[in-house]
Amino acid sequence: MSDVNGGALQLQAVHITLAGRVLIDHLQATVAPGDCLTLMGPSGSGKSTLLAWLAGTLDPVFQASGQARIGADALTGLPPEQRGVGILFQDDLLFPHLSVGGNLAFALPAAVRPRAVRLAQIDAALAEAGLAGMAPRDPATLSGGQRARVALMRTLLARPRALLLDEPFNKLDAQLRQDFRRFVFDHARQRALPVLLVTHDDADAQAAGGQVITLGRP
Amino acid sequence: MSAALLRAAPALTVAAFGLPIAAGLLGTVLPAFGHMPAIGVDQWGLQAWQALFDHPGFATSLWLTLRIGLLATVLSVLLAVGLAGLLATRPAAARLGAWLAPVLATPHSALAIGLAFLIAPSGWLVRWVSPGLTGWALPPDATTVGHVSGLAVVACLLLKEVPYLVLMILGALNQVAAPAQLAAARALGHSAASAFLKVLLPQVWPQIRLPVFAVLAFSLSVVDVALVLGPGNPPTLAVLALRWFSAPDVQRYPQAAAAALLLLGLVAACLLAWHAADRLLARLGRRWIERGGRGGAVVPASALAAGAGLVLLALTALLLLALGLWSLAGAWRYPDALPSVWTLGNWQQQGASLAGPAANTALVALCATAVALVLTLACLENESAGGVPAKRRAGPTGNTGRTSNTGGQRSLWLLYLPLLVPQVAFLFGAQVLLVRARLDATYLAVVWTHLIFVLPYLYLSLADPWRAFDARYARTGASLGASRWRVFWRIKLPILLKPTLIACAVAFAVSVGQYLPTLFAGSGRIATLTTEAVTLASGADRRVTAVWALLQALLPLAAFVLATALHRWCFAGRRGMA
Repeated sequence: MSDVNGGALQLQAVHITLAGRVLIDHLQATVAPGDCLTLMGPSGSGKSTLLAWLAGTLDPVFQASGQARIGADALTGLPPEQRGVGILFQDDLLFPHLSVGGNLAFALPAAVRPRAVRLAQIDAALAEAGLAGMAPRDPATLSGGQRARVALMRTLLARPRALLLDEPFNKLDAQLRQDFRRFVFDHARQRALPVLLVTHDDADAQAAGGQVITLGRP
Repeated sequence: MSAALLRAAPALTVAAFGLPIAAGLLGTVLPAFGHMPAIGVDQWGLQAWQALFDHPGFATSLWLTLRIGLLATVLSVLLAVGLAGLLATRPAAARLGAWLAPVLATPHSALAIGLAFLIAPSGWLVRWVSPGLTGWALPPDATTVGHVSGLAVVACLLLKEVPYLVLMILGALNQVAAPAQLAAARALGHSAASAFLKVLLPQVWPQIRLPVFAVLAFSLSVVDVALVLGPGNPPTLAVLALRWFSAPDVQRYPQAAAAALLLLGLVAACLLAWHAADRLLARLGRRWIERGGRGGAVVPASALAAGAGLVLLALTALLLLALGLWSLAGAWRYPDALPSVWTLGNWQQQGASLAGPAANTALVALCATAVALVLTLACLENESAGGVPAKRRAGPTGNTGRTSNTGGQRSLWLLYLPLLVPQVAFLFGAQVLLVRARLDATYLAVVWTHLIFVLPYLYLSLADPWRAFDARYARTGASLGASRWRVFWRIKLPILLKPTLIACAVAFAVSVGQYLPTLFAGSGRIATLTTEAVTLASGADRRVTAVWALLQALLPLAAFVLATALHRWCFAGRRGMA
């Protein structure tokens, strides 16, 4: 579990408008592997729009230009599933019809075989998250903090080359939030993933410890 | 609407369709085992079954029925999943969904007649390419309509069942956070097709199970489509039963009853087998999901299924167009691609004979819809009445949420009963009862028989919006001093007018399309557009048949247009009511 991808996340002249209104104005940034760039701004400032553009799920009503790369590879134009961009959303979005282990298996690449190896990697990931032995559990029976950690492990098992955080700490209470923040940033650093965090919480930005860009009110 | 009446509504509703089915089944079982004093048969035994099994072509009929039913269901599910996947994962394709409802409103028999016009050896499709590409100066000597394989029947069933299942899947998807989960799955590296099949479909599958059962039961027992497009000799089991039921020789009744019962058994066996296969597939599916494949192979397969689904929609548009052309054709000789002489003569000529059946069709449909609406609204109002916990509620409280309780599940099964029991298996018995009560061939009998099929559809389409109504509006109204009655008329019904009108249009369309119920309850003496069109389809001039089938297809469409227009007119300028 120590895949080092080593590519920086680069944003070049990213410009996004909605019906003529500029949301992201020629944004320029580089996030080195293991570093975190924080985008701050009130809701409606376009920070989630930028993540959607990076993920490849931007609604076609938006007009976007510019380039995004991980290492030397351009992301723009690729379908979402080929971008290698892992995302943590505000909700954990664990699939309710699968067990905890099933959720992780869904993310683990098919190339990991045979079944015994897959199960071992899933168990290892769960142990890493302090959830050893929880593979057969129904996600609905987990606490909020446990679910959040499973969601991160699921994202990491898919072996992304960059990590996008869409206010994933928002819905957790104060103590949990602190723990989970540390958990996320430690794992990202350990895997040398460039991280892009959007938030409106100053504490998140401080915990991330990297460069901060503040987006204005539209 | 007194409280006592409201409380009686669920029981009344279940009785309205449950009693005729139960009584009708009994009326079919008795003759099948040798008891039907009315025709002098009164000796318990298995003679009727012997006659059925000895009938030449019986085995072929059975096999044909099974083949049509299973093939239509498997293909419907596959194509519906493909098409729903396309609509759910591509915003650009979502607009196509709006075209599904009108297709669904078109009666099966109109689709069957239109399809026959398309695919017949002298049909529109051959005319496009002949003689230029094919060299066929005369229609080719081949059988398409009525082919022994039953494939034409399967094709026609697909035209209607695929949109039905797609709408069911899309409706169920509204209840899960589909777009967010889709985005999450794609961020994990899954293609849209893989994400749809592995993440979204398994979550809505439990809600699709009953609709698929309805498709299976319907495909095994369909009569009107098999009459128009199926092989004549031997025909499907349902048509065989109908033929014996309507034979001049009443001594055929017991073996007709036996055939109808056999069909009931066949449907039950197929439902059980399907259920077993479904469970096995669910288990295999879980293994498949956990293997972690990103869906390389499912992408082309999904695209193929979606493409085939789109072809079906295009075919539907084409066959309606073909009906329109033939109804306006003065002269249209093979192999011309279009009529050489256009005329309104067909419509004028048929005008006089159309009027009666068209009025019957509309009258029966309006009455059945009105009764079903009152019963459904009473049930739903009773359900929302003062804090009765869901589990203790009596009657049809179809539950669609993920928190389904057993009571809700059971009543949902009850609602689906008329859609699962083959029509021919209980309509004959019901007719015997009607004859005995001297009620056969009355409007009352026809309306009531239609009600059996109209009620479930109206209830199923109205229950969800009604339950989703924000109860705070009603509480606000009550706190302002409005009585329950006034809250219902002045607040709830107006806010829910759109789903109510749409549900009524659905119910109207269901009634217009009924063939066998009209035939049996009306004793063949109350003619509707549907009964006449099916009769004409077996040999009348295409231009005449086209007029009837087209009017039959236009009537339910008009109901939908009217429902939408009425809502718009009532709430013009209210943006919150769009």
